[in-house]
Amino acid sequence: MHKTTENIIELTGVTRIFEDGVAAVDNLNLCVKKGEFVTFLGPSGCGKTTTLRMIAGFDKPTEGTILLNGEDITKLPPNKRPINTVFQRYALFPHLNVYENIAFGLKLRKDPVETSGKDGKTVVKNKRLKKADIKAKVEKVLKMVDLEGFEKRSVSTLSGGQQQRVAIARAIVNEPEILLLDEPLGALDLKMRKDMQLELKEMHRKLGITFIYVTHDQEEALTMSDTIVVMKDGVIQQMGTPTDIYNEPKNAFVADFIGESNIFSGTYLGNKKVRFINRNFDCLDEFEKNEKVDVVVRPEDVTLVDKGEGQVGGKVISSIFKGVHYEMIVLIGKTEIVAQDTKERKVGEFVDVKLEPDDIHIMAKEFSSNKYEGYITKKNTVCFGDGEFDCDVTQLYEGSILDEDGYLITKDGERIDLTDVDVNVEVGLKDISISDDQDAGGAIGNIVSIIYKGDHYQLIVRTDENEEDFVFDTEDTYNENDRVSVIIPKDKIKLSLKAEIKR
Amino acid sequence: MRKFWGTFIVVFALTFVYAPIVLLSIYSFSNSKTLTWTGFTFEPYVSMLSNEEIIDMVKNTLLLALFSATISTILGTVGAIGIYYNKKWLGKFTSASSKIPVINAEIVTAISLALVFSFVFLRRTYLSLLVGHVVLSVPFVVLSVLPKLKQMDGSLYEAALDLGATPAQALFKVVIPEIFPGIFSGFMLAITLSLDDYMVSAYNKPDGFETVSTFVYKALRRPRNAPFAELRAFSSILFVLMIIVVIILNFRITSKNKKEQKLLRR
Repeated sequence: MHKTTENIIELTGVTRIFEDGVAAVDNLNLCVKKGEFVTFLGPSGCGKTTTLRMIAGFDKPTEGTILLNGEDITKLPPNKRPINTVFQRYALFPHLNVYENIAFGLKLRKDPVETSGKDGKTVVKNKRLKKADIKAKVEKVLKMVDLEGFEKRSVSTLSGGQQQRVAIARAIVNEPEILLLDEPLGALDLKMRKDMQLELKEMHRKLGITFIYVTHDQEEALTMSDTIVVMKDGVIQQMGTPTDIYNEPKNAFVADFIGESNIFSGTYLGNKKVRFINRNFDCLDEFEKNEKVDVVVRPEDVTLVDKGEGQVGGKVISSIFKGVHYEMIVLIGKTEIVAQDTKERKVGEFVDVKLEPDDIHIMAKEFSSNKYEGYITKKNTVCFGDGEFDCDVTQLYEGSILDEDGYLITKDGERIDLTDVDVNVEVGLKDISISDDQDAGGAIGNIVSIIYKGDHYQLIVRTDENEEDFVFDTEDTYNENDRVSVIIPKDKIKLSLKAEIKR
Repeated sequence: MRKFWGTFIVVFALTFVYAPIVLLSIYSFSNSKTLTWTGFTFEPYVSMLSNEEIIDMVKNTLLLALFSATISTILGTVGAIGIYYNKKWLGKFTSASSKIPVINAEIVTAISLALVFSFVFLRRTYLSLLVGHVVLSVPFVVLSVLPKLKQMDGSLYEAALDLGATPAQALFKVVIPEIFPGIFSGFMLAITLSLDDYMVSAYNKPDGFETVSTFVYKALRRPRNAPFAELRAFSSILFVLMIIVVIILNFRITSKNKKEQKLLRR
């Protein structure tokens, strides 16, 4: 029956849908190797704690299976699992002292002991641990967490750090196969947290058991883990070693969440060249020609050089001393780029930015619609993508109407002037058409790319002024470099407010 | 001047609270039926101990309080735990409906219980009295246990399961000790309610069975042969006992706090 496997925990298609219909964890597939230090990393509400709770047994998956050492434990209650947890707020038993807290699990334990019965056959009996054994085990872990002599203390008299250690001791004294840690350092101050990180890492090395750690602190994850699982909205974004995740983030979310980063949208030009911030750069990655990509540049990889020595020039608009380095923001056109350097550049100085191919990391963009930033004009049209389009501004406020003077009346009867209001604009790939008649549409540009996608073409029209791209699918054939105008039907322009209007 | 008025008001209020009791205690050393001083004597105390009626009603009252408080504490605690862990409509409904008897006029509770008992059993027995007192105090126990459950760190129960406890073990080894102060104060409340109660007792007790309150009430209605001096003595003893209990409880709380502070300083 016992399948031999290297994986201690295997989650297959695990989904957890809460009563309100929200999927906290969505079709999660994950393997954890024996002895690994795995960290679930993500913002709050990303499903990391729910995943941990399902491994502990406090939550049951709506769908999917959890295997422990190859055996299905999906429906096993928590008390039957060889897994122990260190809780976020420790969950020490206030009515018990330190010794009793740690001995709690040991006192409940029944170990099968083989004894020879009357007829000489060996009989397996479940026996409780002897008092002396419990005492020895408790003392051993107390020594391990540096709390010798604290046995009789009431837990309420301990400091946060000490309670934390008791919580860890209480879990590891049971010699679990897996130790789960749910943001255990969240309540400690910075200095203490750093010390505990190293101590936990050391403990993991000494015990040799599997640690599954949950945190939203990327630095903590990078310091401690063998493997990091980055999660968002109940879905794994990327899984890999800290180095992989930091250097080769799979998408913009991971890049943004792990470490500081500059993220730009760009276009892959082919031949290991990528275009972003209106310049072409050499890079190492390869993508499809004209594919929309996200470009990540880590601030520490941005080199600021004197004017004329780099690829693109800009003006320093902020410079902050951070101890080891200066953090400077350079404005290039309309784009800001953050740089970290030991050499300070004064605010107002004009500098060049130099990026080596190695500094530029390119990620595939999940491109499903065109997104722009724009503003509403006096005539209640919207300006974006170097053009002006008719739109339906009443979608900005539910239930609103326009009066004859062009003011928006909300359903509460408020009168709003929308002129110059910043909006986010979204246009679907199927909602754009083009025309040779330059006056027919709202923006004018050249066709820069035509990619055949099996049954249709994906075209990109680029404007002259700010090089804004309109990407769309069409079944008609056009020629590259044709000059065309872009037509978007009024009802296909989706608007949302950038910020609530001050009234 | 302001300080004077403050002190004055406090003294004035306390006088109103304690003067009648002090007066009662003083006259408990007098043998007269009415409040006239006929000389200092321990006689009421001596005759109280030999008055079978009084001994009986004290025994009745205490046993009834103890029984009903025990039953209502168990029911109330179980109910509170049920309400706490049942987040759906059943929990909310039980929680809300268990609060109504608290605000409901006691006479309504008493008469409706009496009606039910005469319908179902055709007569009133010790059981009907006991049930009446339990009905009276269960909501108060629920109300004193629920906040403790809400204050409790929700992960304590899970922590116990995590360490290998079955749900029952987790309940008895972790949850109940954790909410014990609430259970204890619920029990004390139930005892006081039962000791105090007149309405429910009067309408649900079997004939010939007297508790302190019904006995006193009867004595007042038929004063001819009533042992007033003995009742004064009994009341004084009760008062002194209560004071002793309060002092002990206060002393225990302060010594516990001191002990914890001492440990913190170490």
